[in-house]
Amino acid sequence: MEQKNVVVQLSQGLHARPAATFVKVATSFSSEIKLVKKEKNVNGKSIMGIMAAAIGKGEEITLIADGVDEKEAIVALEKLLVEGE
Amino acid sequence: MSHKIVGVKASAGIAIGKVFLLANPKLAITTMSIEDPQAEIQRFQDALAKAKADLEGIASHVEKEMGADKADIFKAHLLVLEDPELVDTIQGKIESDRVNAESALDEVSQGFIQLFEQMDNEYMRERAADIRDVTKRVLSYLLGVEFATPAHLTEEVIVVAEDLTPSDTAQLDRRYVKGFVTDIGGRTSHSAIMARSLEIPAVVGTREITRLTAASSTAIVDGHEGIVLLDPTDEEIAFYQRRQKEYDQEKAELLKLVHQKTVTTDQQHVELAANIGSPQDLAGVLANGAEGVGLFRTEFLYMGRENFPTEEEQYLAYQQVLAQMEGKPVVIRTLDIGGDKQLSYLDMPEELNPFLGFRAIRLCLDNQELFRTQLRALLRASVSGNLKIMFPMIATLEEFREAKSILEEEKRGLLEKGIAVSEQIEVGIMIEIPAAAMMADQFANEVDFFSIGTNDLIQYTMAADRMNERVAYLYQPYHPAVLRLIHLVIKAAHEKGKWVGMCGEMAGDPIAIPILLGMGLDEFSMSAVSILPARGQLGRMSKEEAAKHTTTILSMSSSQQVEEFVRRTFHQLDN
Repeated sequence: MEQKNVVVQLSQGLHARPAATFVKVATSFSSEIKLVKKEKNVNGKSIMGIMAAAIGKGEEITLIADGVDEKEAIVALEKLLVEGE
Repeated sequence: MSHKIVGVKASAGIAIGKVFLLANPKLAITTMSIEDPQAEIQRFQDALAKAKADLEGIASHVEKEMGADKADIFKAHLLVLEDPELVDTIQGKIESDRVNAESALDEVSQGFIQLFEQMDNEYMRERAADIRDVTKRVLSYLLGVEFATPAHLTEEVIVVAEDLTPSDTAQLDRRYVKGFVTDIGGRTSHSAIMARSLEIPAVVGTREITRLTAASSTAIVDGHEGIVLLDPTDEEIAFYQRRQKEYDQEKAELLKLVHQKTVTTDQQHVELAANIGSPQDLAGVLANGAEGVGLFRTEFLYMGRENFPTEEEQYLAYQQVLAQMEGKPVVIRTLDIGGDKQLSYLDMPEELNPFLGFRAIRLCLDNQELFRTQLRALLRASVSGNLKIMFPMIATLEEFREAKSILEEEKRGLLEKGIAVSEQIEVGIMIEIPAAAMMADQFANEVDFFSIGTNDLIQYTMAADRMNERVAYLYQPYHPAVLRLIHLVIKAAHEKGKWVGMCGEMAGDPIAIPILLGMGLDEFSMSAVSILPARGQLGRMSKEEAAKHTTTILSMSSSQQVEEFVRRTFHQLDN
């Protein structure tokens, strides 16, 4: 299992279109992906889960990946949260 | 025997065809306990798979036939359908509560729908509609009810529905939809506007069409009269086929004018331009033979999103419009936001009197970063065509001077960076405030052109809010007070050798056209569908003759008197 704390830098936070992009990237990995926001667990492959969590710019979340491609997943998803598409 | 139904005429033309009933199927859900959760989950999975196959089919069909952006909504639906959170929660519920799939699906979706509907963000609220749509599709498979999909049309039909939502209309295939009829709506409802822009005959607000129609019946839609005939007789069909032919001939006559200039009988040229709200409107502009774009409202770039559009996004939109117009004039109006037009991401205090408040150029001069970003995008795009920049809601010369000096500053900044900017950009103002109209002679020394925005000019002149039905009677385009202001502006501009356009509804109005022609208006900008009829009308008139009546009209005492005079004098209006 890999995990990393990330401060979301996307200008709109993880809402709307960026959320859809996040799910697409997360789904491309076989590892299980989770976002933890204030002890709340969100499935990283669920568009509705992510949007409902309403993660804004500047919020710190924990990114967790578990599976064969966990390292690559963390790298790709962190990049997305920090730099956008 | 046929059945006649009267509604509101929404879009002209006649259509005869088979009815396609776009009804929301009744999806009655009863909660039942089940014995075998695994079998129930399997049933749910099967319905999901069918809905998914449906959506993939629709998405690729729509993408191929109508373009990628129209297919986006179905891709969003697919994302919802594949959502593990949604699917797992539903399956968990079937297992733990031992309830049927319909009830589990409904309960879980409703939870998400409520959550999204409460969000303080338009985009997220729209997602609630996606979830609702997807839920219905899966439910209809579970219940074995047919779910009508207008994107799958394969023959010519008349679409009959209670109402048409934007998501319904996005799917409609123009080639097969010959007309449509709805139960609810008026002339300005979404479905009516849509019908006019697609030029499909339509009647709305019939109250009972869906109740009276059976799926297999034939219908005649008469969009001129606002009448629908269900199961018409052979005689009626023959009669309407003749009417349709006449109408098509009229249209064909007008179509001959597409590539012609607008010239009066005394060989005077006036320019007929189109008003647009986004680059997507260009197809209609070109198809109707506009000689330019007289008003490009840039608000669309800012609305329906969560943050300001970047300079690059704006540049691309402006560049696209300028390039596609191939050197024809394009008047782009800088941001006209504030008052009744709010942006969710721009915090603006509520105002008691929004139409007299902090909006348009007033806001832009205060929020300069916003203004400068737009100006840079415009300047960069200027090399792609014939750009004219117009500032909205100018009341005083100082405002114009300040806006123009900011524009000049940005231009210098770009040139210093080695970025090309056209040297031919004209800079003008919109005349919509009576103060600016009265001072037109002073403005004319400094601007390159005027464009008269009649919708606002009328409401400010008459001090009558055009949104308030109780004072709607004061909204009088032909009132001599309004006409005198317009005349003053045209005269002042011409004395200084400047041109004057008009970009309000009035410019395409057959009653106003002879008056405006007589006063010497140079450019008429209107919705694209009005251009060819206006060109036809102007082609039958003499500018010199029209000018002879100007003094008479300006000395009249009421709107009614003006209207009667115009109808009498320019009798060709009554055809």
